Amino acid sequence: MAEGKLLTINMGPHHPATHGVLRLVLELDGETIVKVTPHIGHLHRGIEKIAESMNYQQVIPLTDRFDYTAATLNNLGYCTAVEKLLGIEVPKRAQYIRVIMSELARIMGHHLWIGSHALDIGAMTVVFYAFRDREMIMNMTEEVSGYRLTPSYLRIGGVARDITPDFVKFLRDFIKWFPTAVAGYNTLLTDNIIWRQRTMDIGVISREDAINYGLTGPSLRGSGVAYDLRKAMPYSSYDDFDFQIPVGEKGDVYDRYLVRMEEFLQSLKIIEQALENLPEGPVNVDNPWITNPDLGAVQEDISALIRRFKIQCQGPEVPVGEVYHAVEGSKGELGFYLVGDGTEHPYRMKVRSPCFILVSALEKMMLGHMIADAIAIIGSIDIVLGEIDR
Amino acid sequence: MAIDNGKVMELLGGKFAEAVVESQEFRGDLTVVVALDKLHEVLRFLHDDDTLHYDHLSDVVGIDRLPRKPRFEVVYVLHSMDDFRRLIVKVMVGEGEEVPTATDIWNSANWPEREVFDMFGVAFAGHPDLRRIFMWDDFDGHPLRKDFPLRGKDFDKRWDPDQIQVL
Repeated sequence: MAEGKLLTINMGPHHPATHGVLRLVLELDGETIVKVTPHIGHLHRGIEKIAESMNYQQVIPLTDRFDYTAATLNNLGYCTAVEKLLGIEVPKRAQYIRVIMSELARIMGHHLWIGSHALDIGAMTVVFYAFRDREMIMNMTEEVSGYRLTPSYLRIGGVARDITPDFVKFLRDFIKWFPTAVAGYNTLLTDNIIWRQRTMDIGVISREDAINYGLTGPSLRGSGVAYDLRKAMPYSSYDDFDFQIPVGEKGDVYDRYLVRMEEFLQSLKIIEQALENLPEGPVNVDNPWITNPDLGAVQEDISALIRRFKIQCQGPEVPVGEVYHAVEGSKGELGFYLVGDGTEHPYRMKVRSPCFILVSALEKMMLGHMIADAIAIIGSIDIVLGEIDR
Repeated sequence: MAIDNGKVMELLGGKFAEAVVESQEFRGDLTVVVALDKLHEVLRFLHDDDTLHYDHLSDVVGIDRLPRKPRFEVVYVLHSMDDFRRLIVKVMVGEGEEVPTATDIWNSANWPEREVFDMFGVAFAGHPDLRRIFMWDDFDGHPLRKDFPLRGKDFDKRWDPDQIQVL
């Protein structure tokens, strides 16, 4: 190619390494990237608009469709935001069950990340091991909620139902097995010379830039900022558990990889503690206008029947007010800005999607790298287009 | 050193007594309503001040309050990485008014502001790349406005293969 001439190429939206329908327009000088323009919106479903016409309970299944690789975490973010708006406290047992399910969802999200990230870079074996273990968690989710990928297991004020003895048995087996599995992923990648050469010093973002560009989650922690909402602003009893926040040093693809690998084990540690210390008690809040009366009571008591009918049709009525509540999703800070106007519909629901902000920082990370490194960088920030486009 | 909401109000109110229109605390979150013409100055101060130091912009939210005037609200959710504080800055925007961009303070304001522009039609003055983000470029209307129909404007139009233009 002639000196000084730039080549513009289109990558995606149907490109296997863009993890969905992300379209990037890359301007190349030889093989070096000089400009990146991401185009999103191919998966835009208008969930925020749809939510405005629904009641608060009906929005929960919609939230599963944001980050469908770790669906329970979205439920958690939404339900805790509504509970903050309502000003209610969920029973301790429900909080612990939520923690167990959320951390399982986080592990599920990281499984999909390590499988596809390694596959993009050329290590094909990892995806089979990751999906073997992901299958175990999916079976557990099915046992407790009835669904595998989008469980909608949480409810406003608690969870849909209590966990079962079979679930506890599966979970104990999983806790015993999983450290061996993570050691297996490590054997395949961490000291692999090809992996290290493909990921070290690629996509470096400094601590200051990472904060200024709004990065959160493992991508921010890879740059050395110990910001994890589970510790920074604890919700759902996360302050009861003992766990570490892994941080990186340089902020390259390899550091982000190491952070997530450590998070597998930290999540497992939280699950273990939550299961051992699981308190007894109800799994729904003791509030007649939020919690459904059980079907036995409905058969016998007319007021319970009326309440169940009202809760099913209308859901809870929330006070006038605005709250912002964020939880640590598997990709970063998943925030919900909810505006209540005193009726049963959310007046406005805005989702602060971590991946949306991460994609906007792609250009910063990609400039000056080769086109093959672009694949590694996209994999390392772990994006899900369902969450970006909403 | 952790500082609480009262201290934040003291620092902000001391410097911008006339710019802060209203402040309220709801469920532990402090919300400050700022006059539109002072917005950029206030945001710059919140970012640069050594004590407050809100170095992370979590989100920019648009809200449509249709019958009311001014019609729109633009909300900045600020966060400090020093001691994990949150502050919500709100500004009222009438139809046709422009909001000064915050992209020169936080780079993370870039895409959320484009989203507010796309969904509500609120323009940001000085934004480096103010294009639609979710909807296509020749889309008519702004979907999250309250007067935009839920089913869209063209749901009853039939697809006509003769009308397709190949570019």
